[in-house]
Amino acid sequence: MLKDITLGQYYPGDSIIHRLDPRVKLLGTLVFLITLFVFGSPGAYVLASIALGVVISVSTVPFRYMVKGLRAIFLLMVITALFNLFLTPGTILFSFWRFRITEEGLRMAIHMIFRLSYLILGSSIMTLTTTPNQLTDGLETGLGFLKKIHVPVHEVSMMMSIALRFIPILMDETSKIMRAQEARGANFSEGGIIRRAKALVPLLVPLFISAFRRANDLAMAMEARGYHGGEGRTRMKPLSYHRKDMVAFAVMALYVLCQIGMKILKL
Amino acid sequence: MQTEIVKGTDITYEYVHYDENGKVDFSETALRGVSLDVRPGQFIAILGHNGSGKSTLAKQINALLLPSTGTMVVDGHDTKDASKLWDIRQTAGMVFQNPDNQIIASVVEEDVGFGPENMGVPTKEIWHRVKRSLKAVGMWEKRGESPNRLSGGQKQRVAIAGVMAMEPKCIILDEPTAMLDPGGRKEVIDAALELNRERGITVILITHYMEEVIKADRVLVMDRGKVVLTGTPREVFSKVELLRKYRLSVPQVTQLGFELQKAGLDLPDGILTIQELVTELKRLRGGSDGNQD
Ligand SMILES: Nc1ncnc2c1ncn2[C@@H]1O[C@H](COP(=O)(O)OP(=O)(O)OP(=O)(O)O)[C@@H](O)[C@H]1O
Ligand SMILES: [Mg+2]
Repeated sequence: MLKDITLGQYYPGDSIIHRLDPRVKLLGTLVFLITLFVFGSPGAYVLASIALGVVISVSTVPFRYMVKGLRAIFLLMVITALFNLFLTPGTILFSFWRFRITEEGLRMAIHMIFRLSYLILGSSIMTLTTTPNQLTDGLETGLGFLKKIHVPVHEVSMMMSIALRFIPILMDETSKIMRAQEARGANFSEGGIIRRAKALVPLLVPLFISAFRRANDLAMAMEARGYHGGEGRTRMKPLSYHRKDMVAFAVMALYVLCQIGMKILKL
Repeated sequence: MQTEIVKGTDITYEYVHYDENGKVDFSETALRGVSLDVRPGQFIAILGHNGSGKSTLAKQINALLLPSTGTMVVDGHDTKDASKLWDIRQTAGMVFQNPDNQIIASVVEEDVGFGPENMGVPTKEIWHRVKRSLKAVGMWEKRGESPNRLSGGQKQRVAIAGVMAMEPKCIILDEPTAMLDPGGRKEVIDAALELNRERGITVILITHYMEEVIKADRVLVMDRGKVVLTGTPREVFSKVELLRKYRLSVPQVTQLGFELQKAGLDLPDGILTIQELVTELKRLRGGSDGNQD
């Protein structure tokens, strides 16, 4: 169950999307998300679909793989859409028993599905094609200007990259402890909510203890290797823009222009 | 004149825990007057029962802990001199027991580059060092992998490469093989030995495995916060009974030699390898009835 989550995981590959500068990908994702919420006409969705489809197919990440990891989130989305569908007041399209579907509700639900699923697909294509380190490097350099107003950009991105590195380790550990507790008769999958929550206590306590021990060890190891914050640090893989990144910026600008153009032409 | 790379004089160390009012909650004396000097290029092994203070001593060497009394001088710098802290950490690198808890990056090569990045080494030079270090421990082929996909022995070799890339004069390995299987143990010890022989890096190895100690120039035995025995492996392992008192065993061959000696065979003290024992036994047989092979 835990193993299925692909959000934030890296899918190794050598496509042009993989090789783009992480800052380009971050900005691109941001631009894509903004256009999703600013432009809501059918034409805008068609354009967004084309853009997303092209990026996904160029990235060589199998679509099936992307979707597999997002099942839980899609479920959440469907529930949200259903709420919108049935609970929005407005002109009634048709009704049965106690449910009424309104025109506004239908429109909201469709918007919701498009926006949320494109939001998720768009951001997971970024995390799937960018290693955690590139991602945090990109954030650190891309948001470097925030340092001027004392936002600890380096620290935050260091924290992120360590968290990403330890997710698989802690998941392994969780399933190990689970199995150990199950061997002693614990049951994580039966009983009511309260019983299940209670069963989690003997799982979480050792997990936390071990996580703290790891954190302590890791801090010591980082210190021993001379880590003393971002100051005076050099980079093994410095970020620099290449031609393909410039092309990507141009494509992005074109996309935004098209969206604006469609809005003006009321397509 | 200073010739020692590590020189500890009469070090004591006390772990002190405070309660929330800032009063001393409890304290535990882990080192009680330890002195040691290590010359450049030596291979030193430290043995001792659990809780004898080995890790505490190791952490003094790269200033992760500072002596409560006494002094520790590393490459001419007193570890209490805060302005030299980063020089000291660069001179004396450290490899820890748990391979998972000391690998910081999600890609092997990036982890090896972490130390040099912290030291402010220029990008091009970092790549040189990463390449050299990974090749030295035989992990260059795995440079693009995620550490999670490596075996324990491979992870420890990456950790060694990570320290090497900082180009230290001295590497301290604190039970680097404790969590590994025999194959992984050998990989790691061989990697450390090679650094010592080929590059003249001083190696201080803390271990529970007697077999890993045999090639050391000098062995220190610790017990309850003190160095109680020191000498060449042969000298130390010839004191089988004394070691037993410190709850340590000797290598199997040495034990066998010791038992044979007790049973009346005329063997020398402190036999370290099977080869040696065989030679000695042959000599004995040859001496008593000449023409056997
Ligand atoms: N953080 C700490 N706080 C309090 N006491 C500690 C701490 N770390 C170690 N000690 C105590 O200091 C003593 C020496 O510990 P140390 O870890 O140096 O032993 P060691 O020889 O490395 O043992 P091991 O073989 O188990 O690694 C032990 O009695 C231990 O309980
Ligand atoms: Mg220890």
